[in-house]
Order: sequence, then C-alpha cells, then structure tokens
Amino acid sequence: MKANCWMGALRVEVKDVPDPKILNPRDAIVRVTSTAICGSDLHIYDGYIPTMEKGDILGHEFMGEVVEVGPRAASKLKIGDRVVVPFPIACGACLPCERGLYSLCENSNPNAAVSEKLLGHPTAGIFGYSHMTGGYAGGQAEYVRVPFADVGPLKIENGLSDEQVLFLSDILPTGYMGAEMCDISPGDVVAVWGAGPVGLFAMVSAFLLGAERVIAIDRFANRLELARSQAGAETINYEDTDVNDALKEMTGGRGPDACIEAVGMEAHHGVAPISAYDKVKQAMRLETERPHALRQAITCCRSGGVVSVVGVYGGLVDKFPMGSVMNRSLTIRSGQCHVHKYMGPLLEHIEAGRIEPTFIITHRLGLDAAPDAFDMFKHKQDDCVKVVLTPGA
Amino acid sequence: MQARTAITVNAPSQEVYARWRNFERLPEFMYHLESVKVTGENRSHWVAKAPGGTTVEWDAEITEDEPARRISWRSLEGADVQNSGTVGFRAAPKGQGTEVHVELEYTPPGGALGAVVARLFGEEPSQQAADDLRRFKQLIETGEIARSDGSPMGSRAQNQLRQRDANPPDGADLASTRAEEVSA
Repeated sequence: MKANCWMGALRVEVKDVPDPKILNPRDAIVRVTSTAICGSDLHIYDGYIPTMEKGDILGHEFMGEVVEVGPRAASKLKIGDRVVVPFPIACGACLPCERGLYSLCENSNPNAAVSEKLLGHPTAGIFGYSHMTGGYAGGQAEYVRVPFADVGPLKIENGLSDEQVLFLSDILPTGYMGAEMCDISPGDVVAVWGAGPVGLFAMVSAFLLGAERVIAIDRFANRLELARSQAGAETINYEDTDVNDALKEMTGGRGPDACIEAVGMEAHHGVAPISAYDKVKQAMRLETERPHALRQAITCCRSGGVVSVVGVYGGLVDKFPMGSVMNRSLTIRSGQCHVHKYMGPLLEHIEAGRIEPTFIITHRLGLDAAPDAFDMFKHKQDDCVKVVLTPGA
Repeated sequence: MQARTAITVNAPSQEVYARWRNFERLPEFMYHLESVKVTGENRSHWVAKAPGGTTVEWDAEITEDEPARRISWRSLEGADVQNSGTVGFRAAPKGQGTEVHVELEYTPPGGALGAVVARLFGEEPSQQAADDLRRFKQLIETGEIARSDGSPMGSRAQNQLRQRDANPPDGADLASTRAEEVSA
C-alpha cells in the first residue's frame, strides 16, 4: 500500500510499504477514505517530537471502511462499516478508560516505559505519533491497523459526508474539550490563542457552552477572518496589537474569564528578542518548547480564572510564569483529548446542524500530494488552514 | 541482584492471584521464560531463554501461598541461577482493583554462565520486572498484549531504544523480532 512516511526533519515521502495485518484479536483493518494533516503533525515534521524513527507512517486523523475484523472485535464491527477512528488508542477496561480519561489508557502503549521516563508516568498509544506513544503506524495511508477496534471507532450510519465527520477523530473533540475545561458560565468572556482548526473549534464550542463573547488571537488575516465569520469571535492580531492591553480594554480591565491555548510548542512571538531566546534554546535542545502563547494566556487571564491548554507540548517549558499563576489563583487544566468520550455527543451536534465542521477545510488533495501539503501547511501558503487527503484519489 | 516493582490491575485480588498462581502460563507475559512445568504440589521446573539458543534451568519450590494475598518461591539446590521471589496482592483503595507488588532476588553464577544470566535479566532487572507486570495487567484487563508496528512483540524495554519503524511488519519481520526477543 501507499503511505506517507516521516523520513527526517522537513522530509516526508509517500512510499510503498507492506499492508497492515491483524496482530491481536481486538484489531480491525480500515481502508482509509479520508485523512487529514494535523497542526501537531507539523511538530513532527519540524523535528521537535522525540522518539521518531525514519520511515514512520504519519497521521492520526482518519476515517474509512472496515475491511477486516479480529475475532474479539466482531461483536462491535463488521466488514463494510464506515467508521471514524479516535486518535488515542484506548482499551476501555483500565481505570482511566473507565473514568473516561481515554488518552491516559494504561494498556495501549507498548512503549510505556519510554513515555514513563520522559513524563513520569506513561500515556496511551497514539496513531502515527512517535514511539513514545507506542510506535503505531498512522492513517495517512491506504490502510491502517486499528487496535481495540471494539472500543474506539465510531460508526457513521446517517449518510453524513466524510468531511462532515472526519474531524471527530481529533480536532473537533480537542477544541471542545479545550472549551469544556474552562467551566464556562453564562456571560463569560473566553479568549482563544491560535485560530487554527483546534482554536476555531474551541471558539465554536465556547459559544455552544454558554460563552457570551469569544476573542481570537492570531497573526494570519485569513484565520482571524474565519474566527469572525464562522465562529462569531472578536479578533486581535498580536503582530500589530499588545494583546494584554487589548484584552483589558475589551473586558473593562478584568481580563478574559478563561483562556484557551490552542497553539503549543512552536509558538511565534511578537517580540523578536524573546522569540529568538526560545528558538535558540529549543534548537539546542535546552528546552523542548517555545511557549509564548502559553505564557501570554497565563498573564492575560483574569485573576481567579482558568487557563485551558490543548496545544501540544512534548517536554520542558522555560521561563514559566508561575508567579502569575500562584499569586492570582489561576487554574491550569490540560490534556490530550479523551476523544472517545466526546465523539457521540459531537456527532449529535453535527447531525442537528449546530456544528458544521467543514468550514476549516481549505485544501483537498490526494495522498500522493502529502509532501507538498506538509510544506504548504507549515508555511501557511495559499491561506492553508486544513488539508484533507484522500488515498486512491 | 534485586528487583522491586508494582502495578495496579483493575480486577479482584482473587482473580489476579489465580492468574499468577497458574505458573505454567507465566511465560505468556514473562518473555524471558521459555516454560514452567509444575512437577509436584509445591514444586516446579523453570526454563529461561538464553542467548545463542541455549537455556538456563532451575527447580523451584513454593515457600508461601496465601490465596489472594501472597505467593513466595525459591530455587532449589542445583539451580543454574539461584533465585527467589515474592508477589503480594493487596486490594487498592476505593475499589480500584488489586495492587501487585513483586520482589525478586537472584545471585548470578560466576564465569561464562554469569555473563549469560546478566544478559538474560538485563542491565535493569527492575525494568524487566516492570515490563512483565505491564503485560500481566494487559492480559487480565484486555485479554491481549498491546503490540504496535514499532514494538510488534509488545512492551519490552530492551527493544525500546532500537525500534523498527512504525510501518506494518511483514511475516519475516515478525519472525526476526521473535528471534531477537530470544537472543537480546
């Protein structure tokens, strides 16, 4: 089959690789009909995610048709089922899974010892996202093996298009969880750093959960326009505006009640020397992140507010404004999304027309175009916001 | 050498104990073992894989056996590797299943066999014991051992720093990985 493989920093190639096989009784094999490139794939592309191996198949946002089912998944899935697959792999039986914390599954990561060394405790397996999250081949491919297929895949039986449901695999639930972690009360003002796909879905979700105003912070005109026109947000371009001053002005000096960080480890910064400081430290591996958006979300949040972090971080953050967190009684909440928990309810929102997730898609390409698509997405060329790839197209 | 490790399994202590007490099935999650044969009421014969297709063997006896609480064992005279161990089972608080606490002790013999045994148990015996416990938990909670393209045989610290790429393994890859499991 064809698959998009990571071949080193800034290099992906569509290669011919062996077809996946059932390895365990609860596996299924899915023929991928649509797959997307995630902003977090760019952290891998740029070489900032540790424990990648040359040849790894990328991709954790995908859906398709079940073509093979292991004996112990057969009670839930059959050949021909159309499914969306959540990006974390979860067994459904351990304590975190029982509590709905699926991205903390204790049984899905065969490389738990590596993840434990880096993070203190291990985390779940994730498709196509390095070896510390299991070394699983991803879904930017014609076929993919799905472990614990009796637990994860969500069946789509209502005639919705791939594009309407594909983002249930990651970014829609991730944005929603970012908003949910804010404990929004009616009248709240929520600020969202990053008007990329996750940030845009966090904005839509914040309104669904009762926010009165949502303020988007980014630097790309096309993304800020999407935030205004599609999510109903007010906007700040951090390249020409002091964000803290602007937020104070917009909120009568209080600051936003909650701040969602949907940027992650490779943030940009309006102040060149600080940006250079983090870029050098990150390049020398003295810190693994460039946490400008996180720092700003913390300092801008109203006292006693919530900072919700759904941007991806891999390791250590430098110059963390702990004094602001402690002295101003901030709550920080975070997590890789527990996708399984949100897929069903969010599918209902899509069916009812309350969320129309397709507005983020700017590019539709064949799987063969993955290398060009990564380059375009990284450099935000052609106003790229979201790329959907179709194998076999 | 000593190893201590613990894990919590989301199942009642009676079930977790019974799974461990079934010695002949220990090799399903203890990858360094080739076989365990029960030879008498409290006696068993253990064969562990060693590099170059060889094995090390010993007879063991159970020294303590309290259902749902504890199992202890030690090797008998003539063992290639003198060893002993205990596994304790305790109900975890708030109905969170069973804590499994393992303590192992072994005395590597001198000479060439000592080097073989050192490789067999790895440089970090606690890590190996932790891997065993992860697979034990996986088998009880999910009925299978988690396997990926990078780690087709499942949790194994010795393989984790030199992984195959996350690309579907073919038959030859699986066979060579299995051989590597034995010779590592």
